[in-house]
Formats: sequence, C-alpha cells, structure tokens
Amino acid sequence: MSETWLIRGARPLGGEPADILIRDGLIDSIGAATAPAGAQAIGADGLIALPGLVDLHTHLREPGREDAETVETGTRAAALGGFTAVHAMANTDPVADTAGVVEQIWRLGRQAGHCDVHPVGAVTVGLGGARLAELGAMADSAARVRVFSDDGKCVSDAVLMRRALEYVKAFDGVIAQHAQEPRLTDGAQLNEGEMSARLGLTGWPAVAEEAIIARDCLLAAHVGSALHICHVSTAGSVEIIRWAKGKGWRVTAEVTPHHLLLTDSLAAGYDPVYKVNPPLRTAADVAALREGLADGTIDCVATDHAPHPVEDKETEWDTAAFGMTGLETALRVVQQAMVDTGLLDWAGVADRMSRRPAVIGRLAGAGGELAPGQPASLTLYDPAARDTVNPATHASRSRNSPFGGMELPGRVVATFLRGIPTVLDGKIA
Amino acid sequence: MNRHLISAGDLTRDDALLILDTADELAQISDRPIKKLPTLRGRTVVNLFFEDSTRTRISFEAAAKRLSADVINFSAKGSSVAKGESLKDTALTLEAMGADAVIVRHSASGAPQRLAGWVRGTVVNAGDGSHEHPTQALLDSFTIRRHFGRSASSRAGAPGAASPGSASRVPADGALDGLRVTIVGDVLHSRVARSNVLLLHTLGADVTLVAPPTLLPVAVGSWPCSVSYDFDSALPKSDVVMMLRVQQERMNAAYFPSVREYSRRYGLDAARMAQLPDQAIVMHPGPMNRGVEIAAEVADSARSTIVEQVANGVSVRMAVLYLLLGGAEGES
Repeated sequence: MSETWLIRGARPLGGEPADILIRDGLIDSIGAATAPAGAQAIGADGLIALPGLVDLHTHLREPGREDAETVETGTRAAALGGFTAVHAMANTDPVADTAGVVEQIWRLGRQAGHCDVHPVGAVTVGLGGARLAELGAMADSAARVRVFSDDGKCVSDAVLMRRALEYVKAFDGVIAQHAQEPRLTDGAQLNEGEMSARLGLTGWPAVAEEAIIARDCLLAAHVGSALHICHVSTAGSVEIIRWAKGKGWRVTAEVTPHHLLLTDSLAAGYDPVYKVNPPLRTAADVAALREGLADGTIDCVATDHAPHPVEDKETEWDTAAFGMTGLETALRVVQQAMVDTGLLDWAGVADRMSRRPAVIGRLAGAGGELAPGQPASLTLYDPAARDTVNPATHASRSRNSPFGGMELPGRVVATFLRGIPTVLDGKIA
Repeated sequence: MNRHLISAGDLTRDDALLILDTADELAQISDRPIKKLPTLRGRTVVNLFFEDSTRTRISFEAAAKRLSADVINFSAKGSSVAKGESLKDTALTLEAMGADAVIVRHSASGAPQRLAGWVRGTVVNAGDGSHEHPTQALLDSFTIRRHFGRSASSRAGAPGAASPGSASRVPADGALDGLRVTIVGDVLHSRVARSNVLLLHTLGADVTLVAPPTLLPVAVGSWPCSVSYDFDSALPKSDVVMMLRVQQERMNAAYFPSVREYSRRYGLDAARMAQLPDQAIVMHPGPMNRGVEIAAEVADSARSTIVEQVANGVSVRMAVLYLLLGGAEGES
C-alpha cells in the first residue's frame, strides 16, 4: 500500500504555496520538493490544503435503515466532503448499545475504506432513557468507543445523566448530549417564534435546549466529567456555554453547518426538507452561533448528517422525518458562513473541523496538523469554485439536502486518508 | 388573485372585496325557487376531508352543486388513506381523475400547500391544523359587512349608509375600516383566529385578541392586532365579538386550571353581553360548547349571528369557487 504522492503548489491552511510530499502514509515534507521516482503528482495551484476533516456527528443509518444510507454510501459522501473520520451515531436498528453492534459498524467502516468510522455508543439501552447501556464493554471493544450519546433523544433524567457522566471517566469517555427537554417539546415541529405562530406549527422553544444545557454543565462541573453538547442552535445556549467554559468546566460543543446558514423563515412553504431537530432558528441565533464558533465558545462544526428516503420527506410537515444531509456540503457552507464573512481563516477552519473534533472524539492519529511525520490525512479544497448544489449528484443515498438549489462557494478536489487518495478530482478514487 | 386559496393573507383588499361582492350577488339565488346556476357545469370539485367536519363539507358541497359542478366527496376514514396511503399518492389519484378543484381539510398545518405542489387543479384550504381556515374568515367578514350596512346591496340601496355606532369612517368600497372586532379564546391552536386576524386587518378592521396567556402564541406581538388578557375591559370597545371553540383536548393540558375557571374569565354570558355596545354582534364559527365559551342565552340571543354565518358560508364558498375556477369564462 505504499504510494508516493507529490502535491504541487497547495496552500497549507491557506498560507504560502508549498509542495507536500506524501510517502508511506505520512507527510514526508512540506516545502519545495522534486518528485521522487514513481511519485504521482497533483497540480494544486490555488487549492487550500487542510488536515482531513473529522465529523463528530454523522448518521450512517446502517444497520436498519439501509434504504436511507449505508456505511458505504455515507462514507463515500464523507470523503467527497473532505472528511477522513466520522463518528457514527448510535440510533440505528438495532441500537448501537452493545459491543457487538459497535464492532459491526466499525468493521463495515474498515471494509468501505473511504474514511475512518468511529461508532458512538448509546448511553442508555435502546435509547430508552431508563438504564445505562454497557458503556465499558463498548469502550473495551475493537471499536474503542469514547463518545456516548442517545442523540435523537435527550438523556433527560438528571440522575441517569449524572451517572453516565461519572461512569465514563473510568475510560476517558465523553457524553454527547442531545439537549431537548422532552415535556417542553411534546409534538414540537419548528422553532417557537413568529414563524411557528404564523404557520400553526407546534413550537420548539429555545428554552427547551438551554435548560438542559445549563443543567448538564452544572452536573458536569459537580462530578468533574467531560460533557459535549450536540448541535447547539440558540443564542442563549452559546451564552450558557461561554459562562460554563469561563468557569473552567470540561464542556465542549458543536454547531451544524445548517444552523450556521439557514433560518426558520425557510419553513414558510412547509417543505419538510427544512425540518430538522433542533429546528432552524432565527437570524439572531445564526449570528450568535457564528460568533461563538469564531471565538471558540463552540469548539467545532459537526454535520448531523441525517439522511432520509424521499417518502419520509414528501409528506405533510407534521409527519415528515427530522433531519438533513450535510457531509458533502459542510466545508462549503462553513466557507460561506465563516470564511467569506471574515469570521474564521483557514487555520481556524482546520481547527474547528479537524483538530478540535479529533480531540473531543479522543482520536489518536486523526485531525493532525499538516507537518512532516504526521499521518497524511488531508483534503485539497478549491475556495474559488462556485456552483449550485444539486442533491441528485450526491453520493449519499438520500437527497434531503436543504442546500439544494443554493449557490455555494468551494469544491473538495481531493481527500487523502493516511496517504491513500479517497477522492481525486472531486470523484471517489 | 392566486390560483389557490391557502391563506387569508394571500388576498389583497381588492381580492377580498371582489369575493365578498360576488358572494352578495350569489346570495340572491339562494332566495330563488331554483337555487342553481350553470356556471361550473362539467367541472369536477373534490371534497378531500382528512378530518371529520360535516358542516364545512356540506357547505362546500352545497356551494359547488349550486354552481352545477360535479362533486366527489372523499373522506379519509375507511379509504386508502386510512390504510397508509400518502398525501402525495392521494393527490396523484385525484389528479388522474381530473379534479378541477380540490377542497381540502387536514389535521396537519400546511397540507393544502403541499397538495398544491402536486396537483394541477385549484386547491382551496378548508382548514389545516392550527394554520388557517380562509373561507371561514371570508364568511365572517361577509356577515359583519351585512350587519354594519357595508355590503354592496346595502350601499346601493342607501349611498353612504352609515353603519350604526362607528359611522365616521365608512369606506366607499365596503370594507370594514374602523370596526372593532374582538376574538376570544384559544388563539394558539385556532385556524379561524389566524385567518380572521389576517383578513380583518386587510379589510381595515381593528382586531383585538383576548385569551389567557397560555392560549396565545409567544410571538403574537408580531401580528397586526392588539392583545388583551382581560375580556371585560374589551367588551365596551367591541362592535363584534367572535368566540372561539375550546377544544376538548385543551381542557386537560394545563392551559387553564378548569373549564369553570375558563368559562368565568373568558366565557361570554348574559352579564358580559350586556356590557357590549348596542349595535354589537356575537359570532361563533361552530360547533359551540354551550356553557363553556358561550352561554346558551347568548348563543340564542338577537345579537347572535351564528345561524346566519352558516347560511352565508354557502354564498361565500360559491363566490370562491366561481372566481378561482374562472366561472366567468365558463359562462361566455
């Protein structure tokens, strides 16, 4: 598997152009280089080189909903989006709540080979919110699970959440909370505000997210554990997390690309492609999330890639499934929302989409820096490209991209996973 | 005017007045021995009801039949929909049958808008979830107009006819400028309230919503109306009081402590009715919970327009079908 590649003229983290020599799965050198014998060369003038992106929050749907996505199609989508590692959420069927299921998902990822797949283990048996799953067994399995989440459902029982936070300290785990107070969001459909009032859709109030985040920050502080907050969506949540971090508590948080760009006004036509949980919020929330990501209050971008088959979206709003695809558009959306607005530079993007999520996910050898001796997991990105998103061309098995029809900047040109190209010229290698 | 009628907010003031004036003309044929016009002969109108609503369905059915349309009633109960057929497949079936208009009632907000994307015919919203019920708002405005002497016929009969009480600002086009309408009850879940706020505002009326704070949307401040929690203070300033039905399922969900307390604070009884100005009328979209939001003696009083609203519903729905289906072209 020894391949030698010379990437000519790429700009590492948007800096000065340099040649990147990849040999034996590692970055051999960065700087002016001549191609060694047998090296394959890529002209990368104008392309940004970033460390391979790491997604803390992906729904691969396998096992159970292979009509929506499989590990194969989902990791293809990930590679095409510039990702070299994804965390596969636990809400599969069967739920990833045992060592057996997480090892199955981990093996499927290895077979697919498009990117690393790190299974997330469920916190509670069957996501039922009643009994802890065998967290230790999943941690000790071949999948080496470190991130645990009931995502899709909130661990709303305060005692159970406390115990989970405490228990995973034994193996340096982290609980990733889907913050949603269930009683305040019974039947909730859309951000509670002007749009939900006008459209007659049951409101999903910001307080239902913020109340759980506040509670869990306090719990994490009390027991000295690591808490990660999934898909932060409101301005108030950003403020609470800023406060908790100011106390020095071990709290991290993610934001999705769609919450950085889209608002609930898109629901006006009742098209469920805009239905997602947590819901799209207001322009003020979007601004606060961007600011939080820029100042580091929010640690990282995570896609919450949630594929659904057409029939689960071509319905009335109330009955449609929650969720949006996002792997193939994430970096482009972040460019639009954060880079082109001057809020983050490319080094900042690398930090929020590669380094920090790798740290939160306890991944050794991923999310590295671009430096000699590091694993050659990286992506080449053309920030000058621009086109209209067409979900029909996506590698994901599903088509529920809210960015369909939108013009976005950027194009992922190539992705390397430990020295092997997974994407070349924008296509699966 | 749009091809569909989904939201009262889609209607301009001119659109709304055209519908109301047309309804005035069509109302006259209800007084004839033969209550039928040939306007929509050969057209197919489908009543697609996913929710039980006998009164709205028969009102639309009567309206379509008086215009000579062929009417197909499609009730979701016991149909393929009950067996899990999607709204889209139902839409495609209707499309294949050549429906010129689909009148849809659905428990999900937005269902008519989704349907409009899947069929070629005209879609008329007959009530969707907690969203809107635009023909109810039209018939309510029609009823108010007649009572305050602002319909086309009353204007023709007595140019500049003053509506009692608020005579100062009677508009020439028969709109509702200056009239004070108070809507009372479960605004949060009411499609009737949403459509009425939009249409009454378009027609120039001053709308006040009265409800316990639990039954108002949190963003109600962005609506073109005033809001009060105090029914008694609103009464003397009301030309029209419109009572909303309290749904059974709200009564056990902590929106208010008890039905009796709701009734005491927000129900319209004889004592409250006595606080209204002389000319004021009392409306209710039906079906009523007598003794809860409205006392029987109020419902049956001379101020009550409840039965009249039902009759006006047919005329207004005739006008909507006539105008949306291009009945005028059909005649020529």
